Parts: sequence; structure tokens; C-alpha cells
Amino acid sequence: MTEAAATAARAAERAARESYGRLLAFLAARTRDVAGAEDALAEAFAAALASWPVDGVPDNPSAWLLTVARRRQTDHLRRGRTRRSALDHLRLVAEELEAAASDPVAIPDRRLALMFACAHPGMPGDMRAPLILQTILGLTAVEIAAAFLIPPATMSQRLVRAKARIRDAGIPFRIPDRSELASRLDAVLGAIYAAYSRSWNEIGTAGASSLALEAIWLSRLVVSLLPKEPEAKGLLALMLHAEARKPARRDPSGAFVPLDRQDTALWNLPLFEEAEAILREANASGPTGRYQIEAAIQSAHTIGRLAGETNWQAIVALYDHLAAITGSPVVILNRAVALANIAGPAAALKAVAAMRDDTRMKSYQPYWAALAHLNAETGHIAEAHEAMTIAIGLSSDPAVAQYLRNRLDALPGSGC
Amino acid sequence: MRYMMLIHHDEEALAAAPRKELYADYAAFNEALAKAGKGMSAGERLQPASAATTVRQHADGAEVLDGPYADTREQLAGYFLIDVADLDEAIAWARRCPSSRYGAIEIRPLADAYPRPDPRLRKADD
Repeated sequence: MTEAAATAARAAERAARESYGRLLAFLAARTRDVAGAEDALAEAFAAALASWPVDGVPDNPSAWLLTVARRRQTDHLRRGRTRRSALDHLRLVAEELEAAASDPVAIPDRRLALMFACAHPGMPGDMRAPLILQTILGLTAVEIAAAFLIPPATMSQRLVRAKARIRDAGIPFRIPDRSELASRLDAVLGAIYAAYSRSWNEIGTAGASSLALEAIWLSRLVVSLLPKEPEAKGLLALMLHAEARKPARRDPSGAFVPLDRQDTALWNLPLFEEAEAILREANASGPTGRYQIEAAIQSAHTIGRLAGETNWQAIVALYDHLAAITGSPVVILNRAVALANIAGPAAALKAVAAMRDDTRMKSYQPYWAALAHLNAETGHIAEAHEAMTIAIGLSSDPAVAQYLRNRLDALPGSGC
Repeated sequence: MRYMMLIHHDEEALAAAPRKELYADYAAFNEALAKAGKGMSAGERLQPASAATTVRQHADGAEVLDGPYADTREQLAGYFLIDVADLDEAIAWARRCPSSRYGAIEIRPLADAYPRPDPRLRKADD
């Protein structure tokens, strides 16, 4: 590669990382055709790699890419390669002329509208996060498939179908009205959190840690675009709290380390401080939702470890709030586990055992792990043995499975 | 975009509905639909699914069956047409429809009226 080609390639790469989502959102919003916008943008990047080494890198690479991509989009319409009427075509051409006359540097930021389209209630729930990762961050189907443990061909096909759905069903690129914003924002935040949770559960895989950073990046973007929404900040605080403790989740041999045994010196304290500041801002600015409460629980755990004494009363109270909002059995389970630190393992066991008939618990690994732990603490060795075995069987993370195997071996009477 | 709004009723739930109120709600709804502009139409109401007959043509002849196309609790009961900007507006109309309380409204975008020319066939006059 020549010097000029290398410089051009670097510039194209930088433009891609910094403005991919912004350019795509703008192009997609004008036609509602995400796949067509992706094609046009890909052609613009290819054109950049061909022309920048010869003509030099333009002053504003993003504006250059946008101009080329728009022209391609309009060309495609003219050739009838997309299903659009002549009217759409005329509208785009008019827009083009208008844009040429105005400031070519300012590209309106439509990323939030694109995210709301991806997380529209008319979009399948399990495709919202993958679609946001692809459109806003430009991740490939292969990268997303790896993070979601789905065959690449399947993921690719589902993404194509999801994009066609935006166009064909008429899903709008719009920030919802006040009356609907909270519930619709919840879907966007849920998709981002799903991406982060994947990275949390699949800590061993290569794609996972970068996915966590992408999710945090998306969350920061939502906060910057909707600075008045406390739940957007709550989610960011929650993920930063988790991220701050991440370096201590594994020992040097890769073995799982539970929170109460983590080496706090490994925690990322600046990240923790940032999480705390964002959480304070969120709490100050409005009604408290689930992400803020979950972040507050994380905060209480971290502060407890740092101070040497955890306020379990406060944690149980926070779980009570959370249970009232979500009614989730996962929350009730976590509350019971926290309760063990105040009321003792027998009381906690009673609370966990009460969930026995909830079918959602049957394949929920943390339920069986908690049941095993509490049975062991209260001397119910046979029950502990059984629950621990099921928990190991349900673990998708080998490090967690190994940790539980060690606990199983440590039960009295094991190995006989 | 143009959408056909397919009304699927739970006939049991509908039978238990207060008739007078429902008719009044429908009159108001159709009025609002008519006022909302061009491309909006009240559509038609269908007889119950028990009156349906289904035909399927096989190579060895047509099979005629009594009963609806699918034997489900909720049955196609009618439709109306709207012409709105996007899916969000269509969802708003579905929510306004009195039938949404007694079943489900399926929102189906209409396909283009004319099949678009196959780009491969256009090469000749390019």
C-alpha cells in the first residue's frame, strides 16, 4: 500500500467509526429503507478508498461520504431498484438541491430516531438489539451473531428481514411524543441492556468485552441525545457500575470470583465515581425507574465492599421497590438472597423455596445456585447437592460452572 | 402509506358485549374515520365465521369445506382502510377501533397497486 493509500484508508476508517451511525441514520430516515441506505453508504466508502489516495482526503470526510451516498441513493431510485414511487424520487431530488444550497457540513443527527425505529413495538423483541448494533455502530452480521451465539447466516437473514420490515410495515423514524416516550424509550434501553447483558454472561468470548463497550457507547449516546430522561442515565450508571467491577470478576487463572471475595484494588474507581455522579443526576431529575434502582443496588454493593460493611437493609428495601415496579421473579430471587444477610439463611431459603412452582425458575441458573447455597448454609445437604448439580448443568459460563463444582465438592459427605 | 385494518373478533367476547354501546361507539368511530380524509374508509362487517365456506383447489379437484379458513377463537369479522403517514398512526387508528376491545386488529400495509417493472426487462430501452 502506498503512503497516500494508507492515509486515505485510515481517514476512511476514522470517518466510518465516528460517523457511520450518523450517516446511516440520515440516509435511512429520508427513504425509510435501511438496507438501501447501507448499500449507498458502502458504495460511498468504496468510492472514498478509490478517490482519496489520488485526490487527497477531503476537509470534511463525513460530508463527502454523505454527498456520494445520497447521489447513489437517488441513482438507485431512478433505476427503479427500490420500491419507491416517482413522487419519492422527486422529493429526494428536491431535497438534494436544497442541501447543496445550504451548509454541507451540518449533518442532522437522526440516530435517536433510527434507534426508536429499531426498537419499535412492531419489531420482534429479539431483533431490536442486533438491529441497533448494526445500524448505529456498523457491526457486521458475523460480529453480532458471535455475540448472540446464533449462526451468522441465520443472524444475517434475520437482520435483512428486520430491515425489510421497517420499510414495508411503515415503521417511522421519529422520536415519540411525550405521552409515549417513556414506554418507547424503555424498549431502546432494554435493547442496549440486552447487548450489555450478553457480554456480561459470555465473559469468556472474544466478542463479548467489545460488545460491553459498544453498549456503553450507545447508552452514552442516548443520554447525550435525551439529557432529560432519568432512566437513560440510570441505565448508563448501572452498566458503568458493573463495568467498574469487571476486572475483579476473574482471578488470574480465569476462575470465577464472587462479589464478596473480589479484590477491590482491581476495581476501576474512576468508572465507579462516574457511575455515582450519573446516578445522582438521574435521581435528581425525575421519577425513579427500574434502571435507577438497579444502579442504586449496584452502588450499595460496591460502597459496602469498599467501606467494609454492606447496608443490607437498604438493598432489601431497593429490591422491594424494584419488585413493585417489575414484578419480576428474578428480582424476588435477588431480594431473598439479600435477605439472608439480615434475617439469616433459613428465612431466605423459605422465600426462595416459595418460588418453586414458578416455571420460569426451572431453567434459571441463578435460582438453582441460590437454592444450593442456602440449603448448604442451613444444613440441608441432600437438597444442596441436587440444586448445585442442576445449577452446574445450567451454567453457560465454564468459569462459573467450575466455581460451583468446587462448592459441590466442598459439601459435607460429597464423593461418598 | 395505505393499510388494510383487519378486524379479528373473539365472537364469545363480542356476544357478551353491550350491543347498544358498541353500535354507538362504531358510529362515532366511522364518523371520525370519514372526517379524517381521503383514503380512509369504513369498510364492511362480515357475518360470523359459522357462515363461512372454504374452497381449496387441488390437482384432483376442488375441496369445499364448511367453516372458516382457520379454526381459531378469533375470526376475521370485517375491515377498514386507512391512508396515513406511518405505522404509528395506523396503530393509533387500531386502538381507536371499538373492536380492539373484543379481539385484535391486524395492520396490513397494502402492496403497490401496479407491479413494478422488472429491472432486467428494462435494459433494452435504457
